[in-house]
Amino acid sequence: MAPVEQIDVRPPKGVRPPIIGPGQTLGTVTDRIAGIVLTKHTPMFWILIVALAAAIFGMLQTAIGYLLAKGVGIWGINIPVGWGFAIVNFVWWIGIGHAGTLISAILLLFKQSWRTSINRFAEAMTIFAVMQAGLFPLIHTGRPWLAAYWLFPLPLTMGVWPQFRSPLIWDVFAVSTYFTVSFLFWAIGLIPDFATLRDSAKTLVVRRIYGMLAMGWRGSARHWNRYETAYMLLAGLATPLVLSVHSVVSLDFAVSVVPGWHTTFFPPYFVAGAIYSGFAMVLMLAIPFRYLYGMQDFITLRHLQNCGKLMLATGQIVAYSYAMEMFIGWYSQDKYELAMVNNRLHGPYSHYYYMLILCNILIPQSLWFNSVRSSPAKLFLVSVVVNTGMWLERFVIVVMSLQRDYIPSSWGMYWFTKWDMAIFIGTMGFFTLLFFIFIRLMPAISIFEMRTLLPQAKVKE
Amino acid sequence: MTAGPIYGLMAEFETPTELVEAAKGAYAAGYRKMDTYTPYPLEEAAEAIGAHHNRVSLIVLIGALLGMIGGYSLEYWVSVVNYPINVGGKPFHSWPAFIPVTFECAVLGASLAAVFGMLALNGLPQPYHPVFNSPNFVRASRDRFFLCIESQDPRFSPSDTRKLLESFNPEEITEVPY
Amino acid sequence: MSNKNDSNLNLVSVGEIKPASLELDAVRKKLAEAKGPKYWRTLEELSNQQAFGELLEREFPRQASEWVDPVSRRSFLKLAGASMALAGLAGCTKQPLEEILPYVRQPEQLIPGKPIFFATAMPFHGHALPLLVETHEFRPTKVEGNPQHAASMGATDLFAQASILDLYDPDRSTVLTHMGEGRPWGEFVLALNAEAAAQKATQGAGLRFLTGAISSPALAWQMKAVQRLYPQAKWHRWEPVNRDSARAGSKLAFGGYYDALYKFDAADVVVSLDADFLSGSWFPGFVRYARDFMRRRKLDKGNEMNRLYVAESSPSTTGGKADHRLVLRPSEVDSLARYLASKLGVAAQGGHLSDQQQKWADAVAADLLQHKGKCLVVPGEFQSPAVHALAHAMNAALGNVGQTVTYIDSVEADPVEHGQSVRELVADMNAGKVETLIILGGNPVFNAPVDLEFDKALAKLKLGVQLSIYKNETTDHVHWHVPEAHYLETWSDVRSYDGTASVVQPMIAPLYDGRSAHELLAIFTDQAGVSPYDLVQTYWKSQHPTVDFEAWWRRALHDGFVAGSAAPARSVTAKLGALPPAAQTDPNAIEISFRPDPTIYDGSFINNAWLQETPKPLSRTTWDNVAMISPGMARNWKLSQIDDQNDHQSDAQRILKIDFQGRKVEAPYWAQPGHPENTITLFLGYGQTRTGRVGTGTGYDAYKVRPASAQYIGSGAKVEVTDRYWSLAVTQGHFSMDDREPVKVATLAEFIKNRNFAHENLEEEPQDKTGHPESLYPDFKYSQGNTYYQQYAWGMAIDLNSCIGCQTCAVACQSENNIPIVGKEQVQRGREMQWLRIDAYYEGDAANPAVYFQPVPCMQCENAPCEPVCPVGATLHSTEGLNDMVYNRCVGTRYCSNNCPYKVRRFNFFLFSDYDTPSLKLGRNPDVTVRSRGVMEKCTYCVQRITAARIASEKDERRIRDGEIKTACQQACPTEAITFGDINDKNSAVARIRNTPRNYQLLAELNTRPRTTYIAAVRNPNPKLESGTEKA
Repeated sequence: MAPVEQIDVRPPKGVRPPIIGPGQTLGTVTDRIAGIVLTKHTPMFWILIVALAAAIFGMLQTAIGYLLAKGVGIWGINIPVGWGFAIVNFVWWIGIGHAGTLISAILLLFKQSWRTSINRFAEAMTIFAVMQAGLFPLIHTGRPWLAAYWLFPLPLTMGVWPQFRSPLIWDVFAVSTYFTVSFLFWAIGLIPDFATLRDSAKTLVVRRIYGMLAMGWRGSARHWNRYETAYMLLAGLATPLVLSVHSVVSLDFAVSVVPGWHTTFFPPYFVAGAIYSGFAMVLMLAIPFRYLYGMQDFITLRHLQNCGKLMLATGQIVAYSYAMEMFIGWYSQDKYELAMVNNRLHGPYSHYYYMLILCNILIPQSLWFNSVRSSPAKLFLVSVVVNTGMWLERFVIVVMSLQRDYIPSSWGMYWFTKWDMAIFIGTMGFFTLLFFIFIRLMPAISIFEMRTLLPQAKVKE
Repeated sequence: MTAGPIYGLMAEFETPTELVEAAKGAYAAGYRKMDTYTPYPLEEAAEAIGAHHNRVSLIVLIGALLGMIGGYSLEYWVSVVNYPINVGGKPFHSWPAFIPVTFECAVLGASLAAVFGMLALNGLPQPYHPVFNSPNFVRASRDRFFLCIESQDPRFSPSDTRKLLESFNPEEITEVPY
Repeated sequence: MSNKNDSNLNLVSVGEIKPASLELDAVRKKLAEAKGPKYWRTLEELSNQQAFGELLEREFPRQASEWVDPVSRRSFLKLAGASMALAGLAGCTKQPLEEILPYVRQPEQLIPGKPIFFATAMPFHGHALPLLVETHEFRPTKVEGNPQHAASMGATDLFAQASILDLYDPDRSTVLTHMGEGRPWGEFVLALNAEAAAQKATQGAGLRFLTGAISSPALAWQMKAVQRLYPQAKWHRWEPVNRDSARAGSKLAFGGYYDALYKFDAADVVVSLDADFLSGSWFPGFVRYARDFMRRRKLDKGNEMNRLYVAESSPSTTGGKADHRLVLRPSEVDSLARYLASKLGVAAQGGHLSDQQQKWADAVAADLLQHKGKCLVVPGEFQSPAVHALAHAMNAALGNVGQTVTYIDSVEADPVEHGQSVRELVADMNAGKVETLIILGGNPVFNAPVDLEFDKALAKLKLGVQLSIYKNETTDHVHWHVPEAHYLETWSDVRSYDGTASVVQPMIAPLYDGRSAHELLAIFTDQAGVSPYDLVQTYWKSQHPTVDFEAWWRRALHDGFVAGSAAPARSVTAKLGALPPAAQTDPNAIEISFRPDPTIYDGSFINNAWLQETPKPLSRTTWDNVAMISPGMARNWKLSQIDDQNDHQSDAQRILKIDFQGRKVEAPYWAQPGHPENTITLFLGYGQTRTGRVGTGTGYDAYKVRPASAQYIGSGAKVEVTDRYWSLAVTQGHFSMDDREPVKVATLAEFIKNRNFAHENLEEEPQDKTGHPESLYPDFKYSQGNTYYQQYAWGMAIDLNSCIGCQTCAVACQSENNIPIVGKEQVQRGREMQWLRIDAYYEGDAANPAVYFQPVPCMQCENAPCEPVCPVGATLHSTEGLNDMVYNRCVGTRYCSNNCPYKVRRFNFFLFSDYDTPSLKLGRNPDVTVRSRGVMEKCTYCVQRITAARIASEKDERRIRDGEIKTACQQACPTEAITFGDINDKNSAVARIRNTPRNYQLLAELNTRPRTTYIAAVRNPNPKLESGTEKA
């Protein structure tokens, strides 16, 4: 299906762009979105991207195979730096997931109708990101084949159980719950749209497949009524959940005694950072998507601008957190905290810290300008920078804190290996692969919710 | 005209407004066993046919409580009763450390309850339903609005009901066979 | 061959591999057919096949040798699996044929799973290290010191601890070869008999023997017999680390060879003239001396404490313990000795010192004169003969003779000056006077003075025979190579530093059909085939022609020494004749000093992976030797290592090209705080070209520039800084304590003023009303309803005052707990596995800093931070307060290690443990799990020993007695620095020492409540002397 228009119409100053393009009807909305899925013709760019992603995914599998064969020693980790890329990537990916839930749940509760056109793929992004994240805690253990089930409270012959005081166990519960809830949320959102696909499908096979997925949905008023309640409740549940997940992740660090980890304000700090990077990722996906599929009518500049504003806001919280981290370190006058601050500023890894400040605080300030917020290209660049910065933040926290803790004789360095890199890049490939397959097989924009945005969808008194 | 019993009479409307009017009218006429079918949630329609209350919330509450209690008691039993171990000089019953898991379990229980409760109440998955027999019904998931008065309704009579529906001048009225 | 467990990421297998003409499977089949006693013959048959000779030559299948990575231990680990010859042999270990006597029980009463201890002694280059050896089913697994022996008092040194690994080393020489071809022993005997007959005709004019320093009475007795039969034959001696200076010095002073015995426990003031008597066994009596010396620094009763002055020309752990340390260039020590002597009324001229040096010397002299008869001047093994002579004279002048020092006949049999002896031998060889040379042990081609060109001389021999435990550089230059039996495999005897004789009993039949020097000499006395047992016993019969010899013999074996065999004190008077004039050296010339390596000694331990991976006490480097220079020199040469706070486990060091007397060697520099200016220290033993898989490719060869004229110190070295780098593996990157004071220290004066100094400026964490630290958590209810800490509560106290950083405890721990080694490449990645590390800290002026050693095992915290973070409860607290590590349960998240503020946890990043090499399996401690990949591990307070003691105590229904359990580190420690026991028992040694004011917790502010505590260090500087090692 050829894109309708390829160029952005920059609106006159002060006029807020609409959240849905002019001239759309219930029918056109349905056809445009369902069309992406139901068309027989697969666009060339899709094939190229998926091929590339699949190749990178292959590299990931190879790397993990080698890892299982050899042991985590193929990575750069050591004593004292027992955690490296694996945990950095874990926190990074899980953070990225957060924006999806935020958009679909919190903005829903706040009745932000503009969320409608982006929530579907934002949720997909969440699920795929959490899948990447979930990979790391498992493979980073010395004996994954045991960790895979010993971390869950299953009855074993030895009668031993997980140790519930460990933040890692909290992680297991938090992340698995997060994944389950995000998935359910996403799945029930799809049911009515599957019904639409079922009914507009041209071939029997396709109709059967989507028919099964739609579970016999027929849009009955009673169903819609319960559906809406459940959907709202899920949103209500997902909201505290999304806040709790990154808080729990931050407790992995905050609970420990390591200077630079042992900090009470990590939970809000981490949550803000998570949403920050999450919106950056939403933009990194939305901007190419609307361009490639000509969705400018549904994902309008208004959406991009709003994401930009949210990034700006969360970015300020993050900046504040960095400032406080250093301030408290100094204010405590505790010799180990002071050494931590000093190590951030002058230690062997200080250049990472300064790059982090550049990426996460300085460059994003450009979002104050409407000109940046209204230019998809610029927004895209800023998003890339922010996601880089968020990765650096986790590197700084994990590695720079472990590298110099209490006993000077045990201070050490950390160098990542090619295998660290291979697995990190690999997860990106895996993520892209999943995302584009999703776009091809499922409506990337919630059709039934889009309908509600149309003027003719309202009941006139 | 099909012979034998039918499921009901299906009226198709162009706009949500007409549908709601019709539904209200039918309800006023005393019909209860009826339903509307719309491409997106339409609260007015639900109210019109008196179906705006449900028990999903209650189920969710129960799910949340079960998750919460289950989570905490699992932790307590494991750490205090079944296999207590001295971990870093912390008491067997270290309640602050048990909170996060309890919370997550509560959310998990509630969410599962919400989704599966909703599906159960809706009787989904349901591969077959008579309304799909009506020829134009595919548009119910696109851009048309349907009102169906079921033959189970005591007041239902093929002729009177059809008359009533025609009074709302729908696009079309069809008999929905079983 | 798969490299499944191979940790070395860049391990490359080279190209196509042709199949060996005879492959392992074939050999295995042959061996499989052979049963029982027939076995040995089978091997001989096998060894007659040329192909098998070749196979064994390679010692592992040809694929194996194709791996190109010398440093990685992993490679040798894998390959080791292939040395099937020992797989077969090791499989059938059997008790020696003769009766050997266990320490506590008769072997007949062997209970499987219960260790038996036998007394024996380790011959160490001319003196004995008396041992008890723990054997399981007659497999020696661990050596301990012999508590009844004066030279050990139950302690050992690191060489003794590590020697057990040499026994099982798969790289040992396994077949007797002639020109590199496998031959049966019988053939060798025939050949040698023929030669012996020929030599008899000429009275042995062409017959020479070369050995190291020998103190074995039986061997000396055999040697005499040989010399009776072959009057012209000569017995030469060569130890690369020899006592020539001491010998020459004693000749200067007494006109004969005498050994000085010191009584450090009787000395209030000790002055060391470059004598590192606290550093290693190359100083005979080190183990006993260290204990005696430290006994005077325990401060357990009163404030009595001895004082140590050290003037040294190369930093040593001895200097680290000094109360006043004077840094001198090697040649200046001589001047200092002369100056000091003249101050003490000994006629000595020369001795020009700088003002600061004079000030130091004056204060020392004054202090000595105040303690006449209760002081001691100790000359260094590596100093000039004059220094020794002067030291003897000074001790005499101070009236110390008989008080703190006595003299005995040299322990070495028929003592000679080795440098001289080997020079004569080479002269004879070059003159063609030598037809047959029998080299009993040692590796002269590698370590004889380079200017003698020993290898060239060997070429002139008609018959060269080498008896050696490894195939080494010398092997290629002789005709016959005979595998030598390890000291745990054969009978012999040896004298300790004080002359006490011990019978060396074997623990196990030779694994590789090794032979002893006794057997080879026997061939020349027509006693071929007489077992070493008979030879040794015959000698002792001749010494004790009593009727009840049998009882006497059993007693000697049982005790591990011959009662009353200590050498009697000789009353000799030092008459200082004309001293050789003080060596006049150009102050600007770079002086060079050669020292034995702290961990691989003279190179004889180069293939011992435990010692290779044990950090050198001062530099913390492993797997290499360095060229030590001073920080000042490094700065002048624009070498930056000391400036950047090198957190690097892997340190790329610039390579220096050192030119001494026209010979060159390239070595990585190491800027060592406290090293004298304009001086460079080279460490011997590394850089061997023909050795096992562990030693190959490690370090540089300092022997290449070591001439006969300057065995220990020389002048006029030229150094050129190259632009190439040498990547070292360093286990500690940061040598300053910053503001953290892990080591608390005070001077004696400060201590008397404030006994609580160790607890000053300690942030107390906030406490609630009930008085225990504020926390969301109530304390674990130890008293109520559960058994925690009710019966026993184990604790350890480490006396930082006593610790001399000798690393013995670390190696003992490695041996006791089956700790794997990881190889240089992994150490560089920061993955060393030793459970017990000894941190070294430097404080103050880099030119002459204070040095502190701090052994850090697991602290066994009661509030262990590692435990709550483990998701699977793999580390938790036992009812006796041990921080247990459950290997089977561990999934390897490494969170515990991250959260351990002491960083004492070690992780198996790969399968570090050797699952393949059969011989290494024999040496393991069967009471300790061999950890697998992906598992965290750490110090357990030797829980296996605790359990054994508990079982014993419960059998006779009593509590475990105090001192009944000794941890491996505690048992091995020469200075009794480590105390372990039950802190519930208020009278236990550990409970008492924990109640002394100097006892403090490491990182107490974290409220981890460690069970391992430290006893703060106290130094005893001379108030009159400002400079030195007071805290800067």
